[in-house]
Amino acid sequence: MKTLNNEATAWLKISVFLLALIPLFKLGISGYFDNLGANPIEKITHRTGYWTLSFLLITLTVTPLRRLTGCLWLTRLRRMLGLFAFFYGCLHFLTYLVLDQFFDWDNILKDIIKRPYITVGFAAFVLLIPLAITSNNRLIKLIGGKQWKLLHCAIYPIAIGGVVHFWWLVKKDITQPLIFSLLLGILLVIRLFYKWRDFVK
Amino acid sequence: MTAYKLPPIDPSEITPRDLFQDRRRFMQLAAGASLTALLPHTVLAGEQLAGVTKSTDRLADELTPYKDVTSYNNFYEFGTGKEDPAQNAGNLKTRPWTITVEGEVNKPKVFDIDELLKLAPLEERIYRLRCVEAWSMVIPWIGFPLAELLKRVEPTGNAKFVEFISLHDPEQMAGQKSPVLNWPYKEGLRMDEAMHPLTLLTVGLYGEVLPKQNGAPVRIVIPWKYGFKSAKSIVKIRLVEKQPDTSWMQAGPNEYGFYANVNPAVDHPRWSQAKERRIGDFLKRPTLAFNGYGDQVAQLYAGMDLSKNF
Repeated sequence: MKTLNNEATAWLKISVFLLALIPLFKLGISGYFDNLGANPIEKITHRTGYWTLSFLLITLTVTPLRRLTGCLWLTRLRRMLGLFAFFYGCLHFLTYLVLDQFFDWDNILKDIIKRPYITVGFAAFVLLIPLAITSNNRLIKLIGGKQWKLLHCAIYPIAIGGVVHFWWLVKKDITQPLIFSLLLGILLVIRLFYKWRDFVK
Repeated sequence: MTAYKLPPIDPSEITPRDLFQDRRRFMQLAAGASLTALLPHTVLAGEQLAGVTKSTDRLADELTPYKDVTSYNNFYEFGTGKEDPAQNAGNLKTRPWTITVEGEVNKPKVFDIDELLKLAPLEERIYRLRCVEAWSMVIPWIGFPLAELLKRVEPTGNAKFVEFISLHDPEQMAGQKSPVLNWPYKEGLRMDEAMHPLTLLTVGLYGEVLPKQNGAPVRIVIPWKYGFKSAKSIVKIRLVEKQPDTSWMQAGPNEYGFYANVNPAVDHPRWSQAKERRIGDFLKRPTLAFNGYGDQVAQLYAGMDLSKNF
């Protein structure tokens, strides 16, 4: 199944779209049944952050997986997956802005300046915005493929920033940030490997 | 026609403010007690503790619900997630249990837990608990001042610090299979802090035996310090001359100090300590110096630079 017809692609996209909404759906269900524990705001913050990072890594898996398997249709999912990373990133940021800080702008500004984990997390989120805005055919044409590609290389610092953000905020148990780092490392090394092979050819 | 005048109220008839404000708690306790009677015994973690003197000092703050107090815990011996202790603490065996008190004392002694429970009258103390992670609770603990225990072993002149050592048994405490902290968990206090009447050797909460996830069968509670100072499931108390090294100091020397007094003016290197979220509240509230116990304890630190001795 190296290629899919349009109908199959459409079904695939709808399925992935629905799958990607499951974390939000689960969060909503937990919230509705008051199942978010003693500190719901903390839990919502952690879950949305977790899924932002996960979708960033899933997005970064698309291209290497396509090259490994030759399944060209994978690329047609990439934009949606990237936009889901942005979607969960927005929820994560809004949780911080509304639920955690409740528009305490003074404190938010201080946080961004003084707290390295928030500085880097916020920077990664802001960098995601132009990528999300330019994730449609019209703007790709307008900008031009080459520049668009260059712009979207920002996903690499964004993903690294996201993982660093996680490292810097955990109190002691580094299991999860370590796993994210290893996965991101693998994804980046595969890219270097392909770059090197293309160069040698 | 003369207007009707209300008869004056005899001052002795006026309900004391404390009692009046207490009605909510009375109703909560009554509700809790009737629940206890209705539900099968296994549902509630602990048995009721008998002969407890009710707390006389009231906080204006509302109590944190029992469910939150017993389901949102930092107790890395049972996992690093907040809900892990409530799930994994079931394996902990709290009987038989002994607490060895030794070191710079004239009368070292091994106390059986049931002997310890009868050592001094049990009192209820409603304390604020402020976690270093910037959340807080209000908990009705039960215990007696640690000083009562320390007096009985007669500390020598060399006793300058007290070290608390928690149980180390990965079979019972699955979290200890991970090297996330140096096991056993160790904490410590300066002698005057340990002897302070607020420092509570704690064996219960909400009228019942301490639930396992809250540090059964015996823990320490030091309300003006961050929660991690309050060692849980204690098996050994050592009186020593030199300041002991604690697990959290070893884990992050520039983040967790020996004193760990609640201090809104001294931030954790990575996050602010100026505010806290009271569990159950939406908006954060300002954190109080010494967690609001400054009147009682600030003099212990007179002349000390608290940003250096964090």
